[in-house]
Amino acid sequence: MGVGRYILARLALTVPMLLILLSLVFIILRILPGDPCLALLGGRNVTPERLAECRELLGLNRPLVVQYMDYLGSAVRLDFGTSIRTGMPVTEELWLRFPATFELALYGMLGATALGVASGVYASVRHDRRADHIVRVVNIASFSMPIFWIGLMFLMLFAVRWRLFPAGGRLDPVAAALFTPITNIYTIDTLLRGDLRLFLSAVHHLVLPALTLAIVVSGFIGRMTRSSMLDVLDREYVTVARAKGLRERTVIRRHALANALIPIVTVVGLQFALLMAGAILTETVYSWPGIARYLLESISSRDFTAIQGAVIFIAFFISAVNLLVDVFYARLDPRIRF
Amino acid sequence: MLRLGRDYLLISGMLIVGVVVTATILAPFVAPFDPTAPTPAERLQPPGPPYYMGTDQLQRDVFSRMIYGGRIPILVAVLSCAISLVGGTLLGWIAGFAGGRLDRVLSLVMDAIYSFPALILAIAIVAMLGPGLANMIAAIAFVYIPTYFRVARGQVLAVRVQEFVEASRALGASRARTLFRHIAPNTLPAVMTVPSFNIADAILTEAALSFLGFGLPPPTPDWGFDIQNGQKFLQAGFWWLITFPGLMIILLSVGFGMIGEGTNDRLNPRRRRAA
Repeated sequence: MGVGRYILARLALTVPMLLILLSLVFIILRILPGDPCLALLGGRNVTPERLAECRELLGLNRPLVVQYMDYLGSAVRLDFGTSIRTGMPVTEELWLRFPATFELALYGMLGATALGVASGVYASVRHDRRADHIVRVVNIASFSMPIFWIGLMFLMLFAVRWRLFPAGGRLDPVAAALFTPITNIYTIDTLLRGDLRLFLSAVHHLVLPALTLAIVVSGFIGRMTRSSMLDVLDREYVTVARAKGLRERTVIRRHALANALIPIVTVVGLQFALLMAGAILTETVYSWPGIARYLLESISSRDFTAIQGAVIFIAFFISAVNLLVDVFYARLDPRIRF
Repeated sequence: MLRLGRDYLLISGMLIVGVVVTATILAPFVAPFDPTAPTPAERLQPPGPPYYMGTDQLQRDVFSRMIYGGRIPILVAVLSCAISLVGGTLLGWIAGFAGGRLDRVLSLVMDAIYSFPALILAIAIVAMLGPGLANMIAAIAFVYIPTYFRVARGQVLAVRVQEFVEASRALGASRARTLFRHIAPNTLPAVMTVPSFNIADAILTEAALSFLGFGLPPPTPDWGFDIQNGQKFLQAGFWWLITFPGLMIILLSVGFGMIGEGTNDRLNPRRRRAA
């Protein structure tokens, strides 16, 4: 079976997964105790008439089955209704904010992979020597750190005390006011507009949040790299490569790491969920205007339609990433044929 | 037996967790001040005796708040992990043993939950249920069920093809007896490597939830909430308000992480071949 058929089979598996995720979100938001209307109108002192009016408006007075079918329909059409808080279509707001989250996640993931693979390879080469133990403990520590705390510490040191980096946002406020984004991925937009100074400003704003995300995720990648490398370094082909008289660098890079990378790619892909969870905290700390922050803002103002839209959107995004990772994995490892 | 050289991770992890948990339990004897009442000190006083970690904006002793502040995170993490351990393992046993359609459906549901960011799911649940201790435990317990499910199910699949299982069935044991007396106990060693990592993670999730304001209302001391409180004073340079609660979270989470790592090393000796 070729890669094309494999992708189709994998796609077919994504559909029930999404259906389950959507149902889960429905159960959490509509069936769990907790009335969105009651929350929206502020709990006590709500007249039954206003409550009924609100239920009518949100469509909560219809039978659950009808609500569910309607919910699935709008999810498939990516139409999440109108935000109670801002009066804008939720889908539009999400698309506007998504590039910010995507940019943050992308650079965070690049940083994490670089840090993780480097430290993991280093530890495996020095297996059971002091450097290995230090790297292991640092790696355990790195994913035991609350991401919001790292963010705040960075802010305190690099932004407040030493004033090396800005304390939040995506561009200098003055420049941001004059800047019209194209894709909303600022490191691309500023280049498209041919403004190098703005580009540097965008990068400058990205460094701290991306590094914060990278540190937390790098621990997992480093651990996986280490154990995958240890596995591979035992293999006969590595011994053969050494026996051929190849330089140790070449053995490690071309023979060991190239093979150890396969499980690492999966881990990197799976960490995207972790990355999204990290993004919610990173965006909060750095006032980064992405979807995670949008979700939190919607929660604090009880904007029910927006909460639902944001959660579904994140579910779609993660399913897409998982699908991509699996396809990439199949291409990377020619033995995988379903 | 434990050996200092080989099991340094496990031993230091147990030491860290032991010290923090003991201090938290004995908080009334360890903490020099009441964590919720103002001290005679000034507000926002920098660290220095007798206020080793300074005071906050309400003149409360930060050190005492750190000692008491572990109660909620430890309680929430341990209880929620216990719930997901029992629930996830049982479901995993049943799915792996029953096979067929039940297994396929359960696995798909668990995979779906697992693929979703635990923190965002927990936030959504707590946001709907409302903040509070029980709701926080329920949310965290729910998001970790798939972790146990996957390990338990995988182990059942590996064990159930072994001969002693067939022997038990041949001797006329009921399905329930075969599962719970013969298969289940053999899956436990693998399942039991999960909780320490899981608790380490749950501590971070609890901290994040209370940092975002989904925890207990003030003045209850809680590390995550104290960081949120300290955030307001970040620009003014009152570093001790956020530094110490963060260090406490890391200390405890690293401790559990080390226990997990150490247990793993003992169970997978292959990974330590050159030792």
